[in-house]
Amino acid sequence: MLSTLHSPRSLSRFPLHLTSSVKPRAASASSASSLSDYPPPPLPVAQSPGGAPASQILTIRRSLLSGSVTATQLAESYLSRLRLTEPQLNSFIHVSDSVLKSAQEIDDKIAKGGGEALGPLAGVMVGVKDNICTADMPSTGGSRILENYRPPFDATAVKRLKEKGGIVVGKTNLDEFGMGSTTEGSGFQVTANPWDLGRVPGGSSGGSASAVSARQCVVSLGSDTGGSVRQPASFCGVVGLKPTYGRVSRFGLMAYASSLDVIGCLGTSVADVGIFLNAISGHDKFDATSSKQEVPDFESLFASINLLESKPLSGLKVGLIRETLDDGVDSGVKSAINAAVLHMQELGCIVNEVSLPSFSLGLPAYYILASSESSSNLSRYDGVSLMSRYGKQTVSDELNALYAGSRASGFGPEVKMRILMGTYALSAGYYDAYYKRAQQVRTLIRESFKTALDTNDILISPAAPSVAYKMGEKKNDPLSMYAGDIMTVNVNLAGLPALVVPCGFVEGGSSGLPVGLQMIGAAFHEEKLLKIGHLFEQTLQGCRFVPPLVADDPTWSRT
Amino acid sequence: MRRTVTAVVPALLGYFILSGLNCCRHLCLVPIASLKLFNSATGVWWRVIDFVNMASTLFRNVIQAQPLFLNSSALLRRKNGVLYCTMKSTSHSHTQTATEEKQQQKSPQKIKVPPQKQMKEVSKIGADYEAVIGIETHVQLSTLTKAFCSCPYSYGAQPNTCICPVCMGLPGALPVLNSKVIECAVKLALALNCRLSFSSKFDRKQYFYPDLPKGYQISQFDIPIATGGSIDLDLPLEFGGGHRRFGITRIHMEEDAGKLMHSGNGSYSQVDLNRAGVPLLEIVSEPDMRTGIEASEYAAELQRVVRYLGVSNGNMQEGSLRCDVNVSVRPIGQAEFGTKVEIKNLNSFSAINRAIDFEISRQVNLHSQGQQDSIVQETRLWEEEGKWMVFFENTTATDPIPFLVQKTVTMRKKEGLADYRYFPEPDLPEVVLTKAYMDSVGKSLPELPEAKRRRYEEMGLSMQDVLFLANDIAVADFFDATIQKGADVKLAANWIMGDIAAYLKNEKLSIIDIKLVPHELAELIASIKSGTISGKIGKEILFELLAKGGTVKGLIEEKDLVQASYCFSRSFLHRITDLGDIEKMVDKVIAENPKQLEQYRSGKTKLQGYFAGQVMKASKGKANPGILNKVLVEKLNAKV
Repeated sequence: MLSTLHSPRSLSRFPLHLTSSVKPRAASASSASSLSDYPPPPLPVAQSPGGAPASQILTIRRSLLSGSVTATQLAESYLSRLRLTEPQLNSFIHVSDSVLKSAQEIDDKIAKGGGEALGPLAGVMVGVKDNICTADMPSTGGSRILENYRPPFDATAVKRLKEKGGIVVGKTNLDEFGMGSTTEGSGFQVTANPWDLGRVPGGSSGGSASAVSARQCVVSLGSDTGGSVRQPASFCGVVGLKPTYGRVSRFGLMAYASSLDVIGCLGTSVADVGIFLNAISGHDKFDATSSKQEVPDFESLFASINLLESKPLSGLKVGLIRETLDDGVDSGVKSAINAAVLHMQELGCIVNEVSLPSFSLGLPAYYILASSESSSNLSRYDGVSLMSRYGKQTVSDELNALYAGSRASGFGPEVKMRILMGTYALSAGYYDAYYKRAQQVRTLIRESFKTALDTNDILISPAAPSVAYKMGEKKNDPLSMYAGDIMTVNVNLAGLPALVVPCGFVEGGSSGLPVGLQMIGAAFHEEKLLKIGHLFEQTLQGCRFVPPLVADDPTWSRT
Repeated sequence: MRRTVTAVVPALLGYFILSGLNCCRHLCLVPIASLKLFNSATGVWWRVIDFVNMASTLFRNVIQAQPLFLNSSALLRRKNGVLYCTMKSTSHSHTQTATEEKQQQKSPQKIKVPPQKQMKEVSKIGADYEAVIGIETHVQLSTLTKAFCSCPYSYGAQPNTCICPVCMGLPGALPVLNSKVIECAVKLALALNCRLSFSSKFDRKQYFYPDLPKGYQISQFDIPIATGGSIDLDLPLEFGGGHRRFGITRIHMEEDAGKLMHSGNGSYSQVDLNRAGVPLLEIVSEPDMRTGIEASEYAAELQRVVRYLGVSNGNMQEGSLRCDVNVSVRPIGQAEFGTKVEIKNLNSFSAINRAIDFEISRQVNLHSQGQQDSIVQETRLWEEEGKWMVFFENTTATDPIPFLVQKTVTMRKKEGLADYRYFPEPDLPEVVLTKAYMDSVGKSLPELPEAKRRRYEEMGLSMQDVLFLANDIAVADFFDATIQKGADVKLAANWIMGDIAAYLKNEKLSIIDIKLVPHELAELIASIKSGTISGKIGKEILFELLAKGGTVKGLIEEKDLVQASYCFSRSFLHRITDLGDIEKMVDKVIAENPKQLEQYRSGKTKLQGYFAGQVMKASKGKANPGILNKVLVEKLNAKV
């Protein structure tokens, strides 16, 4: 049985092939050899046989260097798919008008024989969450208070991805300032889940997840304060990585909760996410909390992984967090996770249950700390400062009325609620009972993770207790929406890296709804997570995480 | 230090300029006056706010307070000793800055106060009540760049030209601590004998105000960088002198806010963010001071210390050194403090002194009338400009006596209710200091004012001289360099405090601006002492050196040459010290005055002066008087 799991798929070969029109859940029966003999298609669609995703980034680079496709052609194909799907999805708040220009520049470079000097992200279409600043595009944070605001600088992560050849396609939708788990909290639009247009993509990086899932871009930047990259990755069936706190500079990320915020990556394969992370990581002198830890070369890591080995993860200790499979977790999710555990065991992992006693304390502690910090971070949106030129400023005779009017009309209800909660928690007389206790809980959580990771290489859990909600389902029930963050917030409190990889489906929609498996590692051990995630993803049978919207789209899969 | 901090962020500024923001251009091109209320086209960087109502809230109490003093009841109250009138302008110490002295000169001498009233007031305070004074001082650090970004700051720059996304609080911008701020804090902490925290942190102090772009100030709350120090000072002699030591509660680092500029008619305000993010050290004193003069001398000593250390220019007019004073009064013998009142807007040392004394009088008066409950915890503003008032002494008096009424007025009440919702700043790591770092900074400290004063005192200088010389580090350095070259201590002090100080004052120069170097002053003093030149000629040379520079030797020779070309013969400047020359002259004079010689020898010895005068005349004033007299007495008394 194991031999069938490890069909000869080597990343170094990356056959460019046309995906079949089969429905995503059904694995393609076509053999690798027959398809790889096909002439190069107009689009380098990265999808290896059997449904395991290949790296789009590496495929694009090979195609560009071989001359089989130009960056402009690539850009046009992504843009046309974007235009086709965007009316249904609303992933983007703003789409760049200089994509083709950037692509042309790359083609010019190749034409001049500068192909060798191409950056690792050359020609790669990148979606950027709209709370990450871009100098040439509006950056609103999903808030009306920053409508039309154009920052005078690029965020460090954006600057780095551009330097490496990445092309920013546009700014993706989010819950206002990252506060929400459905992207319904955006001040501008509601984004749909490509797997079921009646469902939410998760949040707050819902636009980034939906755009990657629908192949509107190759990879995207998200931000993760309490699970905002991982939960939408799970809901949309894509790979999401929340790096260690400090791994990626926060400079240019509109602060929600500064001690928890991390810029993360979303992609359709673990390899893409790893290569993308490598491009944006590293110390930044503009962020005092960014780490000086060395950034490993994740790309060479993937090349070195031998997918033919029978038990590639032999002896790896995996701790399944007991508290994450308690009541309140959908049975479909549970069974998908159980299947994933079996799969990991087949790969050679030793899976044991571990208990994190402080796990359930994470949610209240998170909401106190995040709200407290947000009440402070959002003070700058006062209707008086420069941002007011673009966003909301009410006309008033009196200063306090100006503040109140601008903030009342500029912020949405979720943001107002969190500012109120945070202001309350920090107020004299309540600080010790709330903020200080939450910090103590944070220390406990950090210690319990450390203990668990001393005896285990990684910890695993579902990425969310359920699959994607129906639109409006949680809108009037904030507590139940907050409860959906139970799987992810603890990781932010501990500052650890976590990778979400799609692992299965639950019945729902036209073709099932994806479930994500969360893998948590020790601080700055992204490399280990990526290696395990890559092996898991490449060997997973019977699942293909291309949403029906795209699987039916002729520009993506031609027959 | 564990943490690394950067001070230079040039790329950021580059972005900013190169990005060619329209608003950025507005900054430079749009004159202030053309900006109108809610002009959304230009009012972005210049935030435009209507302040009409706000101003009236802010200053309502001011407006209400004034009539009180203008009507007759105010006069009555004045007679009870409430009204405080300044007369202390003559009593400023020479520790004050030149600019301040100027300001005081502006206050006309019209200020008069019936002296007996003052006496009564003072004695009342002394006998029954005691004032307790504590001071919070903000010192603006003269680092090249701001506390958390790479913007340079220069006082008086065009509005909003020293700004970047970080100090403007743009979304996504993050603070990065300038390591020089820590160095300055450690220097001052060591100079004020404080305990340094090996690990301290930054906190956010939150409040809404248009000059605070982030909506919070980065400050230090419960763990400041330094605690528990002291400062030593000597009170000026005109205030009775004496040495004082006042406690320092804490020193912490924080950032400054921007500045609001209110339009002439009060219909709108503009924000200049140049000052936003400039590093400050806040120094909180123990409530150890008891009088206005002690408080103002505390502030003056703090100014000296920061100037000696080079961490700040300490200039009060520019706001580089700002003092907020807390004053309370309690009956003598009472252990607990009275209700404290904070006074702001103190722009000079004399304002500190006068405002406190006014406030003490006000509070003592309320106490003595049994109205101590009407002293509430509040912030009061010192009205430096004051108001000229005329009143008639007694009802029968005919001479109007003009008064400058300077007073404190309520700015805002209910101080205790402000909730700044401090919490640890998550964007900045802890500030960790190592013993080695503290030691290395400690070793780099210069000699501080207190040590300098004690050393000068030991040299035998009078306290007046000591205070003058140690007041300004540039003067002290000049003095030290002069005596280093072997100059007589007292003479060097006299020259510096006398002619040089007068020259500096007339020319409005600082001692570092003059061409005279300490070495030449030492040379000059030595030349006079040795008798090479006279004191009178020394003075001439001094002024030459002050204005044009050069050397004492060179000037003497130069003058010699000049004289020679006119008079052919004798040196003008050189004292004739050659014994033979003087003997010849004495012989000649004696020979020419046989009559006087006879009288002298017959007992009229007073005639020695006549002979000396004649010799001096013959030498054109250049004979060394010591040698001359010696030779003269010898010759006159010679037995023939």
